[in-house]
Amino acid sequence: MSTAYQIIVCGSVVPDPLQTLEPITGPALKNEMMLPAVLDPWAAHALFEAANLAKTAPGSKVWLVSLGPKAKLQQVMMTVAQKAPFELVALDGSASGFTEAADVAAALADAIKTIPGLDMARLLVFGGWESASRGAGVTMQIVGELLGIVNQFQGVDQLTIGADGSLEILERIEGGKHQISKCVGPPAVLGWATGNLPEPPNNPQIGMTNMRAIMPALQKAKPAKIGAGGIKFTSVSLPKQQRQTKIVKDASDDEIAKELVEWNTNG
Amino acid sequence: METILVLVHTEADGSLAKSAREALRAARTLNKAIAGSSLVVGLVGENVQSAANSISASPVMKYFGMTGADFGQSRYSTDAAAAEAICKAANATIVVAPATSRWARVLPGVAQRLGGRADTHVTGVSDADGKPSINRWYYRQRMEAVLTRTQRPWFMLIDPGSQTACDCGAGTATVEMVAVNLSDACKRTTVVGIREPKADQQTIRPDAKLLFVAGAGWTKKQSDGKTHTDDAAKIILEFLNKSKASLGGSKSVVDLSGEGQAVLPFMTHLNQIGQTGATPRHPKGLSTCCHGEEPHAVGWRFVSERRAVNLDPNCGWARGKADVLYVADAFEVMRKVNALLAGKK
Repeated sequence: MSTAYQIIVCGSVVPDPLQTLEPITGPALKNEMMLPAVLDPWAAHALFEAANLAKTAPGSKVWLVSLGPKAKLQQVMMTVAQKAPFELVALDGSASGFTEAADVAAALADAIKTIPGLDMARLLVFGGWESASRGAGVTMQIVGELLGIVNQFQGVDQLTIGADGSLEILERIEGGKHQISKCVGPPAVLGWATGNLPEPPNNPQIGMTNMRAIMPALQKAKPAKIGAGGIKFTSVSLPKQQRQTKIVKDASDDEIAKELVEWNTNG
Repeated sequence: METILVLVHTEADGSLAKSAREALRAARTLNKAIAGSSLVVGLVGENVQSAANSISASPVMKYFGMTGADFGQSRYSTDAAAAEAICKAANATIVVAPATSRWARVLPGVAQRLGGRADTHVTGVSDADGKPSINRWYYRQRMEAVLTRTQRPWFMLIDPGSQTACDCGAGTATVEMVAVNLSDACKRTTVVGIREPKADQQTIRPDAKLLFVAGAGWTKKQSDGKTHTDDAAKIILEFLNKSKASLGGSKSVVDLSGEGQAVLPFMTHLNQIGQTGATPRHPKGLSTCCHGEEPHAVGWRFVSERRAVNLDPNCGWARGKADVLYVADAFEVMRKVNALLAGKK
């Protein structure tokens, strides 16, 4: 008999990767509210995996718990809502990378606890293993701790449900390898890496169904006090990355090959 | 007064990885900089004595150990219990650990249990007016911050490859064993194995001198109007085998497999470099058939010498991202490179 999972995906918004970012005093990003945003990429993979699992386990449901400025969440949800069926739990607060992960995790865990009918025996908490903002890979573990979940996995690329309801999980480890673990069953926290699924195409029908609940969820989004208490940033700076690129246009393939081999061999 | 705990785990053979010695070096840097601080070591593993002995010439005041079969595997629940117990036994205020997959999974949770905070991907430690401070990157290696914290214990997970490994010698260490009771809930997960590519298909080599990056151009139509993906795969694999370079890929090329296009069969998401991929550390990097746009190039932050081969002289690499850009056909160049490498054998 298959389990009907409660799959909660934690995912925030980040600046579109193609945007130029510049730090300002705070620290914060210059024109942060003006930058187009996307759902955090690894969290997006987690959402796609959650939707796929829910599809194969009848009775399962996916929630997306998302913390960010309400206006940004609304903008991003217009796209994300078309990708997979989910119910949004919105929290209105800063999505800056310079905030404290523990504050974010506490707000997320509190929001998860308010979901009606939460059943630890069916609960899978998904998220990205790192954000594209803070990039710490810390939040999901703290959420798990606050929910009392000690079966946690990070850098997950695959989840397979066994006939006995057990979870087989592939986590990225060093050297391009995966560790295979078997967990008896929920509850568990899974911080996803890329997974195996491509981004689903936009589905306007799913989008319309989702948006009916997303707009009210955004309207009643609770404010979340997210800070950086205890942290003092001495400096935040862009790297001195500009190189004086030598462009070689007229060399023959033989000459280039010889130069590359010498370069790789020396030093 | 700060008590700096270096928290390490042993490898399957009971030894310490290089990353553990790098963490020890970082901790020693803090220890020297912070007046009155003490340095202790905690080891977790099935057996830890030989690992402790291997670093016993370091100026460590005390060694703590957590041993047993349960601690031989990389598992959140038992690792958390072990790390928590050792931190408590040591009264640690600063915990320095290598950011291995094992510790990165568990130590943020342990920091939460102890009322502390964790910073990962730390690339440098120093002191600011006698207070510890760290360097780490934000927004996927696009900006670097130096910061300090008031919370304790403060967990600092040091990025492997970012520090010089401690070369402290061996001797005999006295290890104080710490005990912990594991509940049944801690044993709901079992590590059942490791999945790795066959030796001749292993393309990710973290210790390689050269990172070779293949972009989506390898799978596109060439000058004859046809794709030559099989040729591309052969050329790249031959180069990897001969040079022992590590293989990276742009997001475009690794995503192709999900889009049903012709793909390089050995290229997976594990190879992906960039904004949503890895940021490996290699002394040299060679990019081929990749445009070097910003989301990809941020993955090259820790590659020192960079060269690229691309047919487009205006590609991203030309805009200050590479040291040398060769405007050429990578198929032809890499064939010649392989021929030269074959001649050297």
